[in-house]
Amino acid sequence: MTKKKKDSSKPGKTQIPGSLKGEPEINTETRLRLYRTMYECRVLEQRAYDLFMQNLVKGTSHLALGQEAIASGFGTAMRPDDYTFCTYRGHNHTYVRGVSMVSILGELMGRECGLLRGKGGSMHLTSVKHGAMGSYAIIGAHLPVAAGAAWSAQYRRTKQVSVCFFGDGTTNIGAFHEALNFAVIWKLPVIFVCENNLYMEYTAIKDVTAVENPAADRASAYGLEAIVIDGNDVDVVYEAANTAFSKAREGGGPTLIEAKTYRHGGHSRADPGKYRPDEELQAWLNKDPIPMYRERLIGLGIEETQLKKVESETDEAIDVATEQARNSPSPSTDIAFIDVWADGGASWRN
Amino acid sequence: MAQLTYREAVSAAIAQEMRRDENVVFLGEDVAAAGGVFKTTAGLLEEFGPERVKDTPISEQAIIGAAMGASMTGLRPIAEIMFSDFFAVCWDLVANQIAKTRYMTDGQCSFPLVLRSANGGGSRFGAQHSQSVENWAMAIPGLKVVAPSNPADVKGLLAASIRDPDPVMFFEQKSLYSVKGEVPDGEHIEPLGVASIVRAGTDVTVAALAAMVPRALKAAEILQDQHGISCEVVDVRCLVPLDTQTILGSVVRTSRFVTVEENPRLCGWGAELASIVAEELFWDLDGPIVRITTPHIPLPSADELEDAVMPSPERIVQNIKKLVD
Repeated sequence: MTKKKKDSSKPGKTQIPGSLKGEPEINTETRLRLYRTMYECRVLEQRAYDLFMQNLVKGTSHLALGQEAIASGFGTAMRPDDYTFCTYRGHNHTYVRGVSMVSILGELMGRECGLLRGKGGSMHLTSVKHGAMGSYAIIGAHLPVAAGAAWSAQYRRTKQVSVCFFGDGTTNIGAFHEALNFAVIWKLPVIFVCENNLYMEYTAIKDVTAVENPAADRASAYGLEAIVIDGNDVDVVYEAANTAFSKAREGGGPTLIEAKTYRHGGHSRADPGKYRPDEELQAWLNKDPIPMYRERLIGLGIEETQLKKVESETDEAIDVATEQARNSPSPSTDIAFIDVWADGGASWRN
Repeated sequence: MAQLTYREAVSAAIAQEMRRDENVVFLGEDVAAAGGVFKTTAGLLEEFGPERVKDTPISEQAIIGAAMGASMTGLRPIAEIMFSDFFAVCWDLVANQIAKTRYMTDGQCSFPLVLRSANGGGSRFGAQHSQSVENWAMAIPGLKVVAPSNPADVKGLLAASIRDPDPVMFFEQKSLYSVKGEVPDGEHIEPLGVASIVRAGTDVTVAALAAMVPRALKAAEILQDQHGISCEVVDVRCLVPLDTQTILGSVVRTSRFVTVEENPRLCGWGAELASIVAEELFWDLDGPIVRITTPHIPLPSADELEDAVMPSPERIVQNIKKLVD
């Protein structure tokens, strides 16, 4: 008898793993922080998109509009000294560690004020002092690297946790499987977070993957619990993150979480995302994490004026950041020739 | 001075640095309990314990990735890739990630790690376990590249590589593992980026690396004894940083330049050296620059076939004789 296959392209009901039940209520201050972080991410990505349209951002860029709940939930749950590793779709994950809007926009625009002074670009946002250990632009590469940072934390007994965000497409590359096995056998304090937005670039993940849940259905191969969460519900993400952080800090080893979500736009700048059915897109737009959470907060008795204050402050901040980035000069060409080596130089001969 | 084999010098260097710095850790396939498939790391697990000397699964991406993540967060890992041919299965981590991340992040992070590997031919392992891939590494900005020819240099250069703040690719020539040599007692460290004149001469400068150094020395002996040609043999030791001054200084004295390379012909390390010598010392040369390399073919396995393709003392003699005559 064959089991009827569930259509995973529709936003499902929240599946909260058993371990999350009975968690204490999230307090108002945290909820406001979650809302603010998501709203800031949204506005930042929107602005990045607008700047592309004005040709002020060159190259490519991969926006995470619609996926803000995952970065925000984890960013809020983690310790300032935890490590995060993300992908080229990593503006949100970098921002939630405390990196400024102007340095992110400046990097996208290739300006002196950019986070990497224009040496990395949109796909490589990194801020080591904030624990944002890099945005990795080759699929799968950063999973073993995140495991390595977790190994270091374990060896140094710091109780730091390494969090690694990646997309559904990553689950079909070898490094994903190598890293999971490795993290489990060494019991490393690392959390692997698969942001399943249903599409690997332009192709539906279900069309190219042997299992329905590309990450969670592989968990059992590594002795891990299969965890699928609603990645558009920031409370759910926050609670799942807390559970995984506690486990990792207590020496319980890695967690693999698959968070179902949806990107509102295409894969990258060049992609209008036309391959996605209208009804599917509409259904997910109706499940936009930000208005959904706003409604919940008002239902919980939080004054709308408080939310409006968050929104107006952010709207103002993004305009200020945009102006600062626009007015920042191009980096001096001298910096193209430095910092290959730890001594600051680029010399390969005497 | 103690007599150590090339393989014993590997573990001696790692042990020296692990005693000195508790942030030095070591991982790889079969390296701990088994002491390495080439027995290069025997005794390390016993001395330093399973937290610092770690066996891994056959997962080269995980090994290199773990070394990268650990190095950017305070450790100084040494990772072993059993055969250098296997870098092909984890080259993304080496070439795209480790080599470039410091530059791309505007210098925010450093990667003080060593990737050790058994490199090169002469052991009849065939085309996928015998390659000389040091020129792959040389082609990537951001990697230092070391290939020692004798036990003393294995110890000194490996110790320096472990202390170096940048990623170092350390290529051990596997057919040299059983070679014995004198190694200085006590702490021994040799700076990276310094070539060594291992035989002084006046007629021709011969630059060689790793297993090609003893072959060049053997050829130099024959050329002197049988043909009256005096060769200056330079052990290049490090491809990055490259000690061009020692080589150029030698060529100024001899006016002739020959490279002996184990790597296949195209884009071998000697091509870069040849171009430097041609650009900078063209008017000092008394003849063409000659590159002696393995032909541009995969390495065959059988004794006679492998011997026929790798540069031999006889082939070196013939080429140099032709150049000088």
